[in-house]
Amino acid sequence: MGGIKKGLNKKSIITALILILVYIILYYMIKTRVINPYKSQILIIIGINIILAASLNLILGFTGQLTLGHAGFMSIGGYTAAMMTLKFHLPFAAALLAGGLFAALISYLFGLPILRLKGDYLAISTLGFGEIIRVIIVNLDFIGGPRGLAGIPKKTTFTWVYVITVLTVIIIYNLIKSTYGRAMISVREDEIASEAMGINTTKYKIIAFVIGGFFAGIAGGLYAHLIMFLDPKTFGFLKSMDILIYVVFGGMGSISGSILSASILTYLPEVLRSFSDLRMIIYSILIIVLMLFRPEGLMGSKELSLNTFRKLSNTGSLKRGGKK
Amino acid sequence: MDFLNFLQQLINGLSLGSVYALIAIGYTMVYGIIKLINFAHGDIYMVGAFIGFYSVTLLKLSFIPTLILAMAGSAVLGVIIEKVAYKPLRNSPRITLLITAIGISLLLENGFRFIFGPNPKPFPEVLPAKIIYLGPIRIGLIQIIMFTVSMVLVLALQFIVYKTKVGKAMRAASFDTETAQLMGINTNNTISFTFALGSALAGAAGVLVGIAYPRIDPYMGIMPGLKAFVAAVLGGIGVIPGALAGGLMMGTLETFTKAYISTKLSDAIAFSILIIVLIIRPAGLLGKKTNEKV
Amino acid sequence: MKTKKLLSFITAAALLITSVTGCSSKTSSEDVKEIKIGAMLPLTGDIATFGQSAKNALELLTEQVNKEGGIDGKTVKFVYQDDENKPASSANVTQKLINDEKVVALVGSIGSTCSIADGPIATENKIPMVTPTSTNPKVTTEGGEYVFRACFIDPFQGTVLAKFASEDLKATTAAILYDVANDYSKGLAEYFKANFEKAGGKVVAYETYNTGDQDFNAQLTKIKSLNPQVLLIPDYYQTVGIIAKQARTAGITATFLGGDGWDSPELFTIGGDAVNKGYFSNHYSPDDKAKEVQDFISAYKAKYNTTPDALAALSYDAGKILLDAIDKADSLDGVKIIEALKATNGTFVSGSVTYDKDRNPVKGAVIIKTENGKQVFEKKVNP
Repeated sequence: MGGIKKGLNKKSIITALILILVYIILYYMIKTRVINPYKSQILIIIGINIILAASLNLILGFTGQLTLGHAGFMSIGGYTAAMMTLKFHLPFAAALLAGGLFAALISYLFGLPILRLKGDYLAISTLGFGEIIRVIIVNLDFIGGPRGLAGIPKKTTFTWVYVITVLTVIIIYNLIKSTYGRAMISVREDEIASEAMGINTTKYKIIAFVIGGFFAGIAGGLYAHLIMFLDPKTFGFLKSMDILIYVVFGGMGSISGSILSASILTYLPEVLRSFSDLRMIIYSILIIVLMLFRPEGLMGSKELSLNTFRKLSNTGSLKRGGKK
Repeated sequence: MDFLNFLQQLINGLSLGSVYALIAIGYTMVYGIIKLINFAHGDIYMVGAFIGFYSVTLLKLSFIPTLILAMAGSAVLGVIIEKVAYKPLRNSPRITLLITAIGISLLLENGFRFIFGPNPKPFPEVLPAKIIYLGPIRIGLIQIIMFTVSMVLVLALQFIVYKTKVGKAMRAASFDTETAQLMGINTNNTISFTFALGSALAGAAGVLVGIAYPRIDPYMGIMPGLKAFVAAVLGGIGVIPGALAGGLMMGTLETFTKAYISTKLSDAIAFSILIIVLIIRPAGLLGKKTNEKV
Repeated sequence: MKTKKLLSFITAAALLITSVTGCSSKTSSEDVKEIKIGAMLPLTGDIATFGQSAKNALELLTEQVNKEGGIDGKTVKFVYQDDENKPASSANVTQKLINDEKVVALVGSIGSTCSIADGPIATENKIPMVTPTSTNPKVTTEGGEYVFRACFIDPFQGTVLAKFASEDLKATTAAILYDVANDYSKGLAEYFKANFEKAGGKVVAYETYNTGDQDFNAQLTKIKSLNPQVLLIPDYYQTVGIIAKQARTAGITATFLGGDGWDSPELFTIGGDAVNKGYFSNHYSPDDKAKEVQDFISAYKAKYNTTPDALAALSYDAGKILLDAIDKADSLDGVKIIEALKATNGTFVSGSVTYDKDRNPVKGAVIIKTENGKQVFEKKVNP
């Protein structure tokens, strides 16, 4: 027990130091315009997409529930946060939190009846839900309706996104390593068996759904205060597909996979802007090929960590967190 | 006056519904036999419309040959998709299959957008836009044709499924695939045949829609596909007459919602119906309740 | 072993970081030999013909200006980016144009939803922006100090149409069928309704649909039973064509009215005979005998072999207004350019332009009649 604890602390300290170092480097590059505002916006969007991918991965990759309406929660969080800022002049952190909490609430209300469904039916229901959200927003004139909501102050900065992204990843990662996480994974692996073992599968599905929805809401709030404008059409079925692609590509069940894929798949289209038409075709072919030949994605269910390097070198090291 | 209005709206609803029915039948057939929601089905409908479009504009074909060509083309496409993407994954977890289906759907949409451009294309007039009067009720000739063709195809399908050997194989395979195989049925071919039939119907729907609402674009399959799926679930997934009933109901419900409640909410209501049905009576109207065996 | 892996990881990270920082900027204003102006336009997407017309017009303008020696000896160059008529993309390419391409001014976008998203970015970066065709008032009110436009705004368009309907067509009842998810359509519908009712008319039906809908029979059957004299269809040409066709099939005999979204030859391809004998408000008419109009039309025809639509005319004007301001300001500094813009006072293809305090131009509109598959000038309406 004591030995593992020591290992944890050392590893955490190294990780923390690396994170702080990276932050300082990037921050100064942005401040001095070595990274210009257009590129720094891409970095911010990468952060937002990491939060989205990680939150969806919690529901899909770890708990095995295919939800196709994730963008709906992003829009709920975004609109709520924006209204908090615009109408109630709440400080940024409070607005974001409000967005996340409201999104979590809706996830809960929606999840209660829906999460009893399995596989395909759940997928279609969540898809329908995402569309219902979009239609409701279009019909609410006081949040802009089809015109969208404009004039949102730009409060999202690199610092905010970096901190929140790191926090999100840490929270989700620790959740997965905990008993909650193990229960979720058992639901994914074999729902009937885990029910038979006494695990309340519905409870854990809802927990994953709500937490996933919470972070999607936070991502939405960050997005709203970055683009300064919310358009209900942005958060439709296609956006949910985008997030799904991040998760599938990175590996359902790997947080570091989600981080990698969200980064790559956000950055690449900017570089290949001239080929944007081809991009979606390549993505779709990629998904199909991936499912046929490497359904576990980039990282499978493994995590990239300092231990990965150690594992590859030594024989007698502790194998931590290894999935099958 | 109000009753006549109601009748007119009913006719509108039924003709809209016949389109949903055609697409829904394809969904339900495929689901019945391999328990997969073929996400790409709505896009096969779109491909049918495009094949129809080019048959008319480039090949200068008339209505019936166009319809046949579109149905054939869609059938071929359906079979190819099944062989390339679904068959290898038949023993994979459901999520993998579902995501693959989504991938195919995106590929079709974006591929067509890339090849043919994203701009909607105006479908030329293949059938005269005549109007038939029953008193003050107006029915477009095209609406009648749409409804009639749908009915004819459904009857033909019923014939195939219940009166032919292939149909028997289909029914057997959808009931219990493994046992059917043990009994000597070539399930692979049966499944391909099912896909071919379902896709042909979707393709037909595409052409009919292209003629009736003369504007086609690569993304036209998404919404009708989703609504048709709701129709299939409503009627009872896996049950062909259910898909027909579900489709007609969806069309009428949507029309009446737009006419009497609110046009803004018609989409939301469609999806709400889906969710309610799935929660309360997942087997749908005509479906059978199945228990999941451990 | 461990060090090697760590080293490769650090190298990869370093590569990523360098690629993100990319090529650094060099320009100092002295060695600038060209005036770079960004144009974010919907070159693909549901209003692609609009974007294409705009691009054509700007390219024509570029050619003409540079043939005369440019502005203060500097060549004019437009950098085009496709925003697909999606606001998120539009905001993105605006950022790209400002920060990567380092443009000194912007022309765009076409759709109001996109321009609303772009405006704040332009203002934040002190880059003047002139939208050729976005008619939603929010574009300038939400956009900020640096956003101007070359066209009239929807409240004006709605008023013009309502006035035409009640005074010229002598209509007392009207129905409106609009796209609830499109702010252009919705805005025009609202302003028409308000003004038509103020003039004493009655709006008997105020029905909606969603973008992308194909079947309007439910709404049209409802409208038919109320027997309006005019039917307002304030949407883009593709949808208008289909609605018109279905409306006639449903037995609606009302005169169709619309806004500048009707302006495309494809209106007739899609709508066929159903769209004839209708009227729509627009920014200019090729039949206008004014010198600026005819010069523009002949130059455009010579280069592209087709008559320019209002999109082209307005984009040409937007570009010209901007270049004139840059010339007058004698500087590439945003602050000075907007001062010059505010003082604009000239006659352009789409009419005379002066700016009010909201940076909207005070200018007139034209009513165009659709007849036999062609546009026919009906009358001019001044504010």
